[in-house]
Amino acid sequence: MASKINKPKLMHNGKRLDGRMPDELRKIRIEAGVLKNANGSAYLEWGKNRIIAAIYGPRDVVPKHFADPNAAIIKCRYSMAPFSSLEEHGRAGQNRRAIEISKVIKEVFENAVILEEFPNSEIDIFLEVLQSDGSTRAACINAAAVALASAGIPMKDMVYGVSVGKVDGEICVDVDMIEDNYSEADMPMAISHRDNRILLLQMDGEMDSSEIRKGFDMAVAAGEKIKSLQREALLQMYKGV
Amino acid sequence: MGGINELKGAYIRSALNEGKRLDSREVFEMREIKVESDILSNAEGSARVKLGDTDVIAGLKVVVEEPHSDTPKEGNLVVSAELLQMASADFESGPPSPAAIELARVVDRGIRAGNCVNLERLFIEDGKVYSLYVDIYVLDYDGNLFDACTVAAMSALMNARLPKYANGELDRKDRNTQLEIQNVVTSTTFGKFGDNIVLDMNADEEQAADARITITTDGKTVRAMQKGLKGHFTIDEVERLIGISIKKNADISSRMGK
Repeated sequence: MASKINKPKLMHNGKRLDGRMPDELRKIRIEAGVLKNANGSAYLEWGKNRIIAAIYGPRDVVPKHFADPNAAIIKCRYSMAPFSSLEEHGRAGQNRRAIEISKVIKEVFENAVILEEFPNSEIDIFLEVLQSDGSTRAACINAAAVALASAGIPMKDMVYGVSVGKVDGEICVDVDMIEDNYSEADMPMAISHRDNRILLLQMDGEMDSSEIRKGFDMAVAAGEKIKSLQREALLQMYKGV
Repeated sequence: MGGINELKGAYIRSALNEGKRLDSREVFEMREIKVESDILSNAEGSARVKLGDTDVIAGLKVVVEEPHSDTPKEGNLVVSAELLQMASADFESGPPSPAAIELARVVDRGIRAGNCVNLERLFIEDGKVYSLYVDIYVLDYDGNLFDACTVAAMSALMNARLPKYANGELDRKDRNTQLEIQNVVTSTTFGKFGDNIVLDMNADEEQAADARITITTDGKTVRAMQKGLKGHFTIDEVERLIGISIKKNADISSRMGK
């Protein structure tokens, strides 16, 4: 949903610029337990995206007056490294976009984590995008879910993230950076493993109701692959011990 | 505070189980929307919107600047929103909260994705375009700022006048050209309590809701969505709400520009 100038043709004979079919995910690799100090962590490669997620906690709330005597609170910090994009040097720290993304990701895990188990505590989710190539918030959600599980934090259900977009009129799953730049619509989501609950949903661009339905169906279908990769990453962590 | 809010929330939820709201509205009934357009003479466009007791004002200023490098033949449109401290005892001073940033960005995305203004008509000459800055001030808070702010921004754009640009200068006293409005977008924000869903939450309902979803449409297609809070929606619920949102567009748009 951006410029029309120099827009490349994004679909060729039903295939996308990188050769994928509309319902095809990029290559994904997830590794759990990659940091020593954090209570849980994960490293994720998703196409050219490179994400590292770290979990600290449950631990004492700082500052103290934010503490909830009945439940844990979740803090989430999503941030893109200044060297993460192909464009110019980015500014370090959080811009308004990053603050909004941090908020909606936090709300995903407020749903998934059993907060009542840890009154007066906080759980921190740190998400660093080391290299970005579109759909970074979906990639971060996948990394965060694996990192939380690797920290042994009890959750009602696991969560995966995935995006769909409308690319040259075609509904496609997992839009990459170039598709995102020139697509007609973009819809990132977070969905629970067991019962397909929508925990994050954003969309902008233009889609009609039937295209949105198709997007949901594609996201849920692609989710089967993502879910198994998340499970596999967690299993591998224990096999390595 | 917390205790009273919890009791109120429990009451709101139990009433909803019988399909009732405390202000006796239907579940998908919006509060009355009152729009006063063109109320400030220095701004190039303006509107004040009351949605029940929620009260917001939008002002539009036009400046001439360089276009963005990826859109050299188009003007710019930036919508932002600010929660004034006067609007609620709960609004604090200091840098904008994540909730305030979310509000501003969701309203901005809806208007941009809605392709509401013909930005090509804002081109002046190579390296010079008109930029439209719409600033929304929240004056009084009684819930559903998303929808009130979208109406305010849209209304300000509809009555805006571009100042004349000649000999390298902007003459703000000479303004006659209206913007070319291509689409009128409206947003509808729903709240979910257990399995019950309502439209247009007031402040009491907002503090008790499990989940929230804002759907912005042009009356035919969906232009933006944003789910908020820790609760969830099912895919079927989202589909149903999209249908309701598209239907409400005509009624909400008819209040604008009045």
